[in-house]
Amino acid sequence: MPVKTDHVLEHTSWSLLALLISARGWIAFLMLTLASAGLCAQDHNPFAGDPKAAKVGEFQFRINCAFCHGLGARGGGRGPDLRRSQKRHGNSDIDLFRTINQGIPGTAMPPNGTTGQGVGMTAEEIWQVISYLRSVQVKTAEQPPGDPAHGKQLFYGDASCSGCHMVDGKGGRLGPDLSGVGGARAADYIVDSVRNPSRRLAPGLTEATKEFPQEYEKVTVVTSEGTEITGVTLNEDSFSVQLMDANEELHFLEKDGLRSFKKSRVSLMPAYKTSLLNDKDLEDIVAYLLSVGTK
Amino acid sequence: MRITGFAKLGCACLVLLAVGVVAINACAQVTFVRIVNSAKEPQNWLTYSGDYAGHRFSSLDQINTSTVHSLVVKWVYQTGATGKFETTPLVVDGILYGTGPENRVFALDAHTGRPIWLYQRQLPADIRPCCGRVNRGVAILGDKVFFGTLDAHVMALDAKTGNVIWDVNAVDYKNGYSFTPAPLAVKNLIVLGVSGGEYGIRGFIDAYDADTGQRKWRFYTVPGPGEPGHDTWEGDSWKIGGAPAWITGTYDPETNQLFWPTGNPSPSNRGEGRVGDNLYSNTLLALDADTGKLSWHFQFTRHDEHDWDSTQVPVMIDEGARHLIAQANRNGFFYMVDRTSGKLLLANPYGKVTWSDSKDAEGRPVAAKESSPTPEGRRVCPGAAGTTNWMSPTFDSQTGLFYVNAREQCDIFSTAPQPYEAGHAYYGSAYFPADDTEPYWGALRAIDPATGKIKWEFPHPSPSWSGVLSTAGGLVFTGDAEGNFIALDAASGKPLWHFQTGGAVYAAPITFALDRKQYIAIAAGSSLYTFSLP
Repeated sequence: MPVKTDHVLEHTSWSLLALLISARGWIAFLMLTLASAGLCAQDHNPFAGDPKAAKVGEFQFRINCAFCHGLGARGGGRGPDLRRSQKRHGNSDIDLFRTINQGIPGTAMPPNGTTGQGVGMTAEEIWQVISYLRSVQVKTAEQPPGDPAHGKQLFYGDASCSGCHMVDGKGGRLGPDLSGVGGARAADYIVDSVRNPSRRLAPGLTEATKEFPQEYEKVTVVTSEGTEITGVTLNEDSFSVQLMDANEELHFLEKDGLRSFKKSRVSLMPAYKTSLLNDKDLEDIVAYLLSVGTK
Repeated sequence: MRITGFAKLGCACLVLLAVGVVAINACAQVTFVRIVNSAKEPQNWLTYSGDYAGHRFSSLDQINTSTVHSLVVKWVYQTGATGKFETTPLVVDGILYGTGPENRVFALDAHTGRPIWLYQRQLPADIRPCCGRVNRGVAILGDKVFFGTLDAHVMALDAKTGNVIWDVNAVDYKNGYSFTPAPLAVKNLIVLGVSGGEYGIRGFIDAYDADTGQRKWRFYTVPGPGEPGHDTWEGDSWKIGGAPAWITGTYDPETNQLFWPTGNPSPSNRGEGRVGDNLYSNTLLALDADTGKLSWHFQFTRHDEHDWDSTQVPVMIDEGARHLIAQANRNGFFYMVDRTSGKLLLANPYGKVTWSDSKDAEGRPVAAKESSPTPEGRRVCPGAAGTTNWMSPTFDSQTGLFYVNAREQCDIFSTAPQPYEAGHAYYGSAYFPADDTEPYWGALRAIDPATGKIKWEFPHPSPSWSGVLSTAGGLVFTGDAEGNFIALDAASGKPLWHFQTGGAVYAAPITFALDRKQYIAIAAGSSLYTFSLP
């Protein structure tokens, strides 16, 4: 019989990160970089303030960017909300051009033309997308609300976030590293992830040739010796699973050697209701993550 | 060891080998008759789908349900290229011919994987193929191998050296045209369809003289003024109507008919501006092989707004006196069509479908009103990548089952007006997953073609882009996105053997034999693997 996995589907997912960053992508990137070097030389958008360019840019955005950044650039679960003027990798015209054209190495942001969505953009089209982003940009407060110092105390203390999450190399390993989350996600997104961690499971291992990333799914197995292990999947295929348990022990298991294998989309992270973590404290934690993530 | 499959090795050239050098040259010639009779020489893989019928089935049975557990890697060839490696290699008398990304073509000693020659086309810097710099393989005829390029050329290379024999520019790549599929060699013609449905091209299928490269006919998949079907397009929309033909068709030597499926109308996500059925987009075409004249057509998805190209191999199946075409379509339905008339016999969903809940008088699934993309976006199943895509299915005449990798994936489809600009992406907005999307997954499904019902399935943790091979050894072979290459019991779907290749599979397996040893080959990651018994 085919290997049966017990998908628990009551919760929604992050599903795919359209991540086809391959070395092919890098070759294309190098070529594009060379080809567009002249066009990059300008540091201001030639279409600045042109509403027609912004409209054309919206089409380009939908084709090339909305897959991750959502309709209206509001963030799509995979890519951040781009309406904020504060952007981790810069918000000047030339910064945005570079980010779109070259991608951001080490992140899910691929170079232009290698997203698997759309066919890549000309320099002109990239400027039009930037025009579009300017048209939807909203002013963000100079100083986000909340007390980051108190947030840090909570993160490493009473709220026990650091039991499972690292920031800047300090903390646990079971959940995603949160060092960059403040730069990649809007505050309300982070709040929702704390209150409803199972709504979207975070993407984990992403491979160049794979269409979808592994997610932080919960898995419970019973080994042939009868030992039950619960943890998160680092990787899974039809025949095997590589998981980390709550003690941060790694287990590499062949499914046909297991008594049972159960996967769940209920996150291992507890849902922090207001009784566990009040709104003010959560705001402080978010302020801390934003302060680290956007620095 | 069972060698019944080898007892059937009736290649005329094996016999001729005994008479010397002249015979060896004769052997290198792949004639049309040899391809027609490809079942008689299962040691070779002479055409994209293994035979003209599109079965991707082999009578080799040395690797079978009893022996497959001891399958081992025989050799690996690395292309050195990154990007999706989509080739179906051909094997002719001990030489393997394949293609890699960026229009590489290679010939290897099939015993060892050692290269004999490599050809790589220098591509212009400004090509922008929509879905990767891919190629799916070559055709072979006489002493030449043929392939299409990303800058829309058709080329013939010498089979022994890789020297360019002829090079024909079919159309201007700057307007979004390219070639990605393996051509089909029929009689003395090299037939292939164009890619570029994302650019507002006007699709076509071409046939070239194998000796000279002279174009013998072109069938435009969007009819021009005065031609039947032209009135299914609004205004001038036909000029940029899309309908590419980017997969290898099949051929019936009995009737001299080519069966060629076509892709989406342009723009893919916007029906406004191209009111009508938009023939011959998403259509199965029956064309006379000599002239390219249309015999009949069957349109799977009328006035498509979801990018559901019908570019899936149309598989010829005979049920008694009935001559049929089976196709597992990207729109989620499994179709059976009479291949003498184009009449629809069956349309049954083989995956989750929300776009259609009724059928017309002829039995065609009809799009529900609320399936059209909206400015805000609308959730429809299957998603843009479809219930399947271009990955090859297989038909196993022993089990009578049709096997295909299916995707379970829904998307949000949005639409927006978009001006056409030559050579630029022309989608009419886009699709994307929503926050509330269920996790995507996939399954290898065994379908009974008589009923369209699923006999068994083998689930994949994420959708697979792998083709499928069936063999007389009672096996089906497929790959997955997690890098596994898997052999399953064709009757039950039970996995019997698997190997971790280290890279996702975007290609279809083949099998061949050398010195009475059966091999299985599959492209995965950036490597071509071959397996055999120890």
